[in-house]
Parts: sequence; C-alpha cells; structure tokens
Amino acid sequence: MAFKGTIEIDIQRCKGCSVCIENCPNKCIRLSRKVNGKGYRYAELANDDCIGCAGCAVVCPDSVITVYRVKI
Amino acid sequence: MAEKILLKGNEAIAISAIRNGVDGFFGYPITPQSEVMETLMKEKPWETTGMVVLQAESEVASINMVYGGACCGKKVMTSSSSPGISLMSEGISYIAGAELPCVVVDVMRGGPGLGTIQPSQSDYSQSVKGGGHGDYHCIVIAPASAQDMYDFVDWGFELAFKYRNPVIILADGIIGQLMEKVEIHPVKPRRTDAEILAVAPWATTGKPAGRERNIITSLSLEANTQEAFNRKLLAKYDAIRENEVKFSEYLTEDAEYIFVAFGCSSRICEAATDMLREEGIRAGVLRPITLYPFPEKEIARLASKVKSMMSIELNLGQMVEDVRLAVNGRCPVGFYGRQGGNVYTPEEIADAFRKFNNLK
Amino acid sequence: MESTDIKRPENIVYRKPALITDTTMHYCPGCSHGTVHKLIAEVIDEMGIQDRTVGISPVGCSVFAYNYIDIDWQEAAHGRAPALATAVKRLCPDKFVFTYQGDGDLASIGAAEIIHACSRGENIVVIFINNGIYGMTGGQMAPTTLLGMKTSTTPYGRDAKLNGFPLKITEMLAELDGTAFITRQAVHTPAAVRKAKNAIRKGFEYSSRNIGLSFIEIVSTCNSGWKLSPVEANRWMVENMFAKYPLGDIKDVLKEDAGK
Repeated sequence: MAFKGTIEIDIQRCKGCSVCIENCPNKCIRLSRKVNGKGYRYAELANDDCIGCAGCAVVCPDSVITVYRVKI
Repeated sequence: MAEKILLKGNEAIAISAIRNGVDGFFGYPITPQSEVMETLMKEKPWETTGMVVLQAESEVASINMVYGGACCGKKVMTSSSSPGISLMSEGISYIAGAELPCVVVDVMRGGPGLGTIQPSQSDYSQSVKGGGHGDYHCIVIAPASAQDMYDFVDWGFELAFKYRNPVIILADGIIGQLMEKVEIHPVKPRRTDAEILAVAPWATTGKPAGRERNIITSLSLEANTQEAFNRKLLAKYDAIRENEVKFSEYLTEDAEYIFVAFGCSSRICEAATDMLREEGIRAGVLRPITLYPFPEKEIARLASKVKSMMSIELNLGQMVEDVRLAVNGRCPVGFYGRQGGNVYTPEEIADAFRKFNNLK
Repeated sequence: MESTDIKRPENIVYRKPALITDTTMHYCPGCSHGTVHKLIAEVIDEMGIQDRTVGISPVGCSVFAYNYIDIDWQEAAHGRAPALATAVKRLCPDKFVFTYQGDGDLASIGAAEIIHACSRGENIVVIFINNGIYGMTGGQMAPTTLLGMKTSTTPYGRDAKLNGFPLKITEMLAELDGTAFITRQAVHTPAAVRKAKNAIRKGFEYSSRNIGLSFIEIVSTCNSGWKLSPVEANRWMVENMFAKYPLGDIKDVLKEDAGK
C-alpha cells in the first residue's frame, strides 16, 4: 500500500525555522524565496514526493502545517 | 444567648476560619503566631467542613499557595509574623497585582531582622504603605481583642472579595497570645462551586465550552495597558477610602486631648485616659480599626477642636506620620513609643502625655 | 493525483491542535516551547479534560503560555508554580493541574518549591523545559548549563570552580518518595515528539490516580541563546545535552509495582 500526501502551510505564522525541512524523509519542503509579513522566508512544498507522513507537522513548533494523505 | 468560649487570639483566628467557611489555610511556623496552624491541625477541619490545611515549606511557598487557591475563587488565608511577612511580600504584591482576594494575618513581633519574639507594632508601614514592590495597597485591619481576631476573619474575607484585594489582619504578639472570652457566631458553610462561580466568575477552575478562558496574571509588557491598570487600582483604592473606613472612639466627645492608637495600644491608652480623667484632664482615644483606609477625616475633625493629639505606638513612630498628614497643622501632634518587645504601662503613657503637653 | 484533489477535509491527517489558539507565538523560530505546547494541547483535547484543567505558567520565556493553549491559566511568580499547583489541586481535587517551568524557574529560584511538591506527592503534572540557559533575560547561565558552555554570564564557558556543576534535578527528584513518574524526553524528531506526547499523557493520567507527582523533563533547544540556527541547535542538543541529560524513563511506580 502506498500513500500520496500534501501539506498546507499557514504562511503568515511560519517563522522559517526549517526544522520541518530537516525532518522530511522525502526532502520535499524548502524555504521560499519570498518572505511573509514578518519578514521570514516560509516553508513551502518543493516537489510532488510528499507521502503525508506528517513528520514535518509533528515537529513544527508553530503548528503551521496541515497534512493531507490518501491511499493510492 | 450566643455561645462564649475562652480563646487565645491566635486560636480565635483558627476557630473563626473553620466556622466561617474558609476553604484553605497555608502556613509556616513562626513565633508568636504558631497556635493558628496548631489549632487548625488539632481541629482537623478537613474531616468536617472540608477545609484544606497545609504546612508549607516556607512563607514564600505558603503565600504562593494562597495565590493559587485565590485564583480558584476560594477563601484562602495564611498567617505569619513580621520576618515571615517580609518573605511573603513578593507574593502579596502578585496577589494585589492579579486582583485576588485573600486574608493574611500578621501577628507582629519586634524587628528589624530576626528581632525579638515579643509584641511590637513595627510593621505598620510595611502593611499600610505596601511592603512588596509596585503601586498597591492592602486593606489593613487592626484587631484589639481576641473577639476582634475572631470577627475580623469573616470581615476580612468580605472586604477581600468585595474589592478583589488582599486584606491584612495586623495583630501583634499581645493580641495573638492573650486569652479572652469570645462570642461564637453560627457556622457559615463553605461556598459551593455554584456559589463560587457567582461571586468569582473570573476563577480559574477549568474552562467550560462557551466561555473564554480565564487567565490570572499580573504581567503586562505594554506601558499604556499597565498604566490603565494602575489607574483602575487607584479607583478601587479611592472607593475603599471612601467606603470602608472604620474606627472607634473612647471619650472623645468632650476631649481636649486625643490619643491615636491601634491594636493593643488603644486598650492601654484607654486606661491612661481613665487615669488622666481622674485628674480632671479631658483625654480621649481614637482607635483606627482600619489602618488602610486610614480614618483621616475623623482625625482632621477632632484636630480642629482639641489642644493636641498623640500617636502611641509600639515602634519608632510610623502611624504618627499619617496622623500628622491628617491633622495637617490643625493642632500639635506628639508621639510616644516603646520598642524591642517592651510594652508601655498606662502610667508611662500618662507621663509622656503630661510632658508633651507641659502639664504639671 | 493532484495535490488539489488531496486537500479535502476528509484527508486531513494532522492539523493545528484545536486547543492551540490563533495567536502567533512570541517564541523564536524553532523554539521547542511551541512543540511542547502543542503536545499538551493535544493531550488535554484527546482526554476531553479542557473544562477540568488548570495550567500554571512560570516566569521566563513561557510566561505567555496562557496566550497559546485554550484553557484556564494562572501566572505564577518566578519559581513558585508548584506552590500554586499544590493549592489548586488540594482545593479542587477533581481538576487536572499542571505547571510548565523552565530550568531557571524550576531548578534555580524554585528549587525549594519543586522539591517539596515532589516530596509531598502532590497529584500534579510538572512539565520541565531544560535548555540549559535563561532565554527570556538574554541567555544567562542556568543551573543546567553544561560545563564549558558559553552564556552571557559565562562568556568563557561554564567553569565548575567558578560556577559550580550542572544540576541534574530530575534524577534528584526521582529519589523522592512522593514522585510517581519521572521521565526525560525531547521534541527534535517526529519519533521523539510522539514519545514525549505519550509521556505527557501518562503524566496527566497518573495525576488523576492519586499516586503522586508526574515530572516530564523535555531537553530543549534555545537557538537564540545558544547562538545557533534551529537545525544546528537540535544537532548540538543531541551531541552535547543528551550526554549529560540522557533520554528515557527514570521512574514509574506503576511499572515497578507490576514487576514485583
């Protein structure tokens, strides 16, 4: 059984700490080139490899990541 | 007829707490008030009213237990003596800053430092002017008998909840240790949860669905918010000064000379007054029962019609400053005091009075 | 399948906990406090005890914890949270009461309060954030600062002769008869977070069983105080903090009883 996932990031609350990037097993998160209202480069999805494991969201100190997952 | 029992002042505090539905007492031993907690432990109120009694690891912990209990809208109190009250001052400031009700009993002993264990009134300034940091006032009430010790617990909580403000019962070693007949009033049960909710909707006892969370804090990092809060406190203190002043008078109606004295000193001054009256000197006593708010209007009224006033205190002269402010030059103001745990006799006060007034 | 097709409410597997408020946390980027707050919020929500929980926040970075978790809160004076919690739990025994304290608050100025709350066996939960530094005041030495570690008051590194040794207060507290569950966790990886959450949940469950105090230390980072990036701080913590403060359960009276 395989999973396909995606994430949604609350850009304005993200502080760009990158702990999610470090903890993503598929390396599918990166820091944006743009900044948010507080001047932080925020996390964003980098590719289509997300499996919805939620590791990023679990370690996110600011609870900015919502994770979606479906079986494929 | 109301029941009367023989109690020490300190015991009266304990018995009154149990009979007036106090929810919790948190204390630490210190002479001359240890009988308060000893009496509570002996009475085991947790088996009858459900009152919590706990010996804390320090005065610092006990006042912070009071803080925690007060946050829950409970009727909580502590008692200590001068050095212990110094340790509690941080907590009292937080309680004042968080606008919480509680009762703190200070059975004063001589200071500064470890000082003596004998009676004193040298915490007047500490209690009335603040004690801890920041702009705040405690309501300060001064008992002069074991009966007062009994009655002031209930009155203290009434004031504390009315104004969401800490109340200090400022007693001294004499009042704490003397044994007198005390009239016992009918038992007041502890408040139910529903009653607490009604008097303390701000209490932090768990956030039910449908109300905002209650947060009790004295922190504000924004200057304008803090200033607005300070002014809110000022309005409260103004209301307290307007509504809660209490004093008693002894032979003041025709008096030419007034003693101002609180607590045990007021009783000794009454005896001195009787002696002077026998000599034909028309003396009288004004006893402030509330030290904060101070009976400044009554003192000013009396000052306009007497030859002089004297503040009699077991310290180096603390309340006399407030007497002078209230008199505001209307008549001469004298002071006589003893320190270190020594207590004046009526004769001694009468002598000091004659000396100050150039009589004989 | 396109990601827009996946983004449907029924496919959500993780989201901001219901009891975490919408207020943006004042913590520095990557600070462990936010992660621990989230776990507490999840545990309270999952146990359905929001209406019976009282939190006591400390003085320090987490002084504003009350802005972030949607429960009733009391803000204690520095180090005194266990005293408040003691009174709350004794006066309201049906409530769940927890303190949230940093290393300066708990292990330094509040050492007496935590030791005696543990010794009395108060039925409360203590969440202890140990990042080896005073964060809020600008990175000064804490009782748990490692030897050699630079802080603003140990600019040449903590020297045992000058500054004393790091305090392993968690092991000390495990010696006290009044403690029921003592554990040390971290929140730097998803696996660590899940373990830490289980520990917090166990603490809350134990606190309603009248078996004594539950103490959950979270070894944490203070990347601003440590002057590292959040990711570097996590690595530094694993390499240095874990050596002095090893993770795992230190005491669990129910497991010990079961073994007898």
